[in-house]
Amino acid sequence: MKQTLLKFLKRIEPDKEKAPLLHTAYDAFFTFAFAPNTVTKEGVHIRDGMDLKRTMVMVVLAMQLCYIWGTLNIGHQHFAALGKYQQHLLEGFHLKLFYGLVQILPIWIVAHVVGLGVEFYFAARKKHAVEEGYLVTGALIPLIMPPDIPLWILAFSIVFAVIIGKEAFGGTGMNVVNIALLARVFVFFAYPGTISGDEVWVSGLTKAAPGGVAEYGWIHLNVLNPLFENFGWATFQAGQAVVDGYSGATPMALAAKGGWEAVTQHYTPGQMFWGLIPGSIGETSKPFIIVGALMLIAMGIASWRIMVSMVLGMVAMALVFNWWGFNAYMEIPWYYHFSMGSFLFAMAFMATDPVTAASTNRGKWIYGFLIGMIGLIIRVLNPAYPEGWMLAILLLNVFAPLIDHFVLQSNINKRMKHVQ
Amino acid sequence: MEIRTAEAPIADNAEGDALKKLKRGFDVRLYGEAEKVISQVQVNTFAVQPPNFAGISPMPKLEVQEGQHVKAGDALFFDKRNPDLIHVAPISGEVIVINRGERRAIQEVVILADKEVQYRSYDQVPNVESSSREALVAFLLESGAWPLIRQRPYNVLADQNEVPRDIFISTFDTAPLAPDLNLVVEGKAAVFQRGLDVLGRLTSGKVYLGIDGRGVLAPSTVFTQAKGVEKVRFKGKHPAGNVGVQIHHIRPIRSKEKVWTLGVQDVLTVGTLFLEGKYDASRVVALTGAALDKPGYVKTYLGANIGDLLKRHTLDGNARIISGDVLSGKAKLPAQFLDCYDDQITVIPEGDDYELFGWLLPSSARPSTSKTFFSSIFSNIWVYNVNTNTHGEKRAFVMTGQYEDVLPMDIFPQHLLKAIITNDIEKIEGLGIHEVVEEDLALCEFACTSKQPLQKILREGMEMMIKEGL
Repeated sequence: MKQTLLKFLKRIEPDKEKAPLLHTAYDAFFTFAFAPNTVTKEGVHIRDGMDLKRTMVMVVLAMQLCYIWGTLNIGHQHFAALGKYQQHLLEGFHLKLFYGLVQILPIWIVAHVVGLGVEFYFAARKKHAVEEGYLVTGALIPLIMPPDIPLWILAFSIVFAVIIGKEAFGGTGMNVVNIALLARVFVFFAYPGTISGDEVWVSGLTKAAPGGVAEYGWIHLNVLNPLFENFGWATFQAGQAVVDGYSGATPMALAAKGGWEAVTQHYTPGQMFWGLIPGSIGETSKPFIIVGALMLIAMGIASWRIMVSMVLGMVAMALVFNWWGFNAYMEIPWYYHFSMGSFLFAMAFMATDPVTAASTNRGKWIYGFLIGMIGLIIRVLNPAYPEGWMLAILLLNVFAPLIDHFVLQSNINKRMKHVQ
Repeated sequence: MEIRTAEAPIADNAEGDALKKLKRGFDVRLYGEAEKVISQVQVNTFAVQPPNFAGISPMPKLEVQEGQHVKAGDALFFDKRNPDLIHVAPISGEVIVINRGERRAIQEVVILADKEVQYRSYDQVPNVESSSREALVAFLLESGAWPLIRQRPYNVLADQNEVPRDIFISTFDTAPLAPDLNLVVEGKAAVFQRGLDVLGRLTSGKVYLGIDGRGVLAPSTVFTQAKGVEKVRFKGKHPAGNVGVQIHHIRPIRSKEKVWTLGVQDVLTVGTLFLEGKYDASRVVALTGAALDKPGYVKTYLGANIGDLLKRHTLDGNARIISGDVLSGKAKLPAQFLDCYDDQITVIPEGDDYELFGWLLPSSARPSTSKTFFSSIFSNIWVYNVNTNTHGEKRAFVMTGQYEDVLPMDIFPQHLLKAIITNDIEKIEGLGIHEVVEEDLALCEFACTSKQPLQKILREGMEMMIKEGL
């Protein structure tokens, strides 16, 4: 069976010289299906069972709960604006699930087709195999985008991030800043008109405020509705009005305006913790992110040092702000900063990117701590955008080599001291 | 298997030897451990291989011709750049062939062994206690035992014009399937002690013995009761038994310092030389690996023919024979010979097979430092069958901290290697290239997710440093 399949796959292998791009793509998929038959040549005779594919796929696996929650929450937020199925996540399950899928699948597909397309192209050009780093980037990007992101903006941001952020620096392993975050920050700075405000966090409404109505696409009305009717289930109903008093604002936006009081007028701490709030697709469910983070730590893939120090840095800064109490935002108790916004997601999946983080163990402590501190400063004090982790991580990405430099220098000095 | 009796290690404690506990490291546990019985095997040919000696000129000057008869200890060739440094025959016999490689560089001087070994005799063996250091050095050079001493940094042959700061000997090996050195020295306390006495005269500092402090096997009293040396016990996983790691924890090599290292059996050769006046290059070699029918120990001489050593085993055509261990040894053919500093042969199956979704759902348990494998839960008790498959393709450096996790040294291997790749000499030196040799980074190379050739990069870095005169 295996041999027949192998023989068939070997027969359809495109020619490396005549069709390099096709061959690169073939090779990427072939090595995905079959671990290659290469043997050790020099140096060690046996190799660890771990490789980059497995590493990257494990990270992707750790995100899957966030994907499931994010998909359902897209639907939940949509219907919450209409005042329907608000009791719990599973109410109106089929509508929320399919609404979420219709929204997230195109984002996921665009993220992968565009990103992998660029990767394949450069791999073919450089005549080496496709590196697996994009598997994680491609899985992260949908999770950190607002559910209503226009797909063309998404595609642009990915092309920009992969080419300028990665390939220009020499490809996987050489990039200075986190690629997924670079895509996100590109969206943030290049299309502020489209992407800022409260509109983007809840999808499928003409306006995310009273006066808006629900709008659905062709798939909802002509494919899904007939299907649901068949089973006698509830269907999507276009034109439903957004309920009075609704605001699509995220807890972060509310906190920036009126502190914790403003936040709790709309959301309970429980809602924020469990993740029934608007926000980027993957960032809302704190328990599931924590599960992902613990998976990464248990598997030894992401650095626990970065995660712990980032928590410490954030808490330290929050305590300073609590003590200072200059404005309402500063007075938000430190522990609520965990459940608002994307702190935990940034901690688990963004700051721990091994390529862009500090590479020495001591450097990782400093790196994480500074992200925690600076991120909270930006979150609380930046009037333009009430969230800080994206910018803090990118900033520290740039400074990570400097942190490492000091750590290495102290090692070098210790060695050289004995010479004199 | 001999299990530790409670007395022995406690007795060491009573002697007050320092115990260093190394937290980081990883034991690669494989099938095919040698049964602790030393058997005889008839080996017909032996070879001295110039490429074994780092830093020797590729065209050493031959002192013998094909067809000539030599005794054990007779000179075969010397290094043109350093004519005092002669290399001698490990056994007596007829030089049957001199194999040359690229550009006619000498690869092997092959000797067909006599039935009974005849030893070269010396006019006078200097007295260890009363002779001058110069006389001892001269005798070691003349007798051909000198190449058994290696110098760090860079693991080159010892420079006879140097006085080493210290001399280090590791008396246990933690590499996969490594031989049990307790077995090797059984009943040889006097010879070993004599060897140590000689070494003690060569250094201005001390002779250090790294002793097994893991508490599983009691270290031989030959080691624990050695006199005139500093004994330091080490407890930890591989590479705790590497002499480089031990040096780092006893007294690290700083820039411009030189230390020497020897293997336990090399010390025995030196000891016999002074005790009995003959160059006895006999070696106990462990034949290990899951591809062998019955792994065990054999008694032979330096540079034994591999096919002869393994002739009692039926070898699968698709097996890899390694002189040394699976991490830092060299691949060999049956027609080739055991490398000079190796006391182990490992035979494992090749892994040239495709594996459906092998990277995600491995078809068999495989050793890994990663905790993503089910078997990693039992990594302290599980024993693995391995093959030579790379389990993935070479990739750019992505993961960090991986090497540090398995290397119990205050060194940043990844940054050192990157400095070598970018030819940053100052940084290479600062990050401590003089403290490591290939075998110390071998485990890092095994663990590397990106399948990078760390030992090769390090070797290139060391060659660059030697060229720069650093």
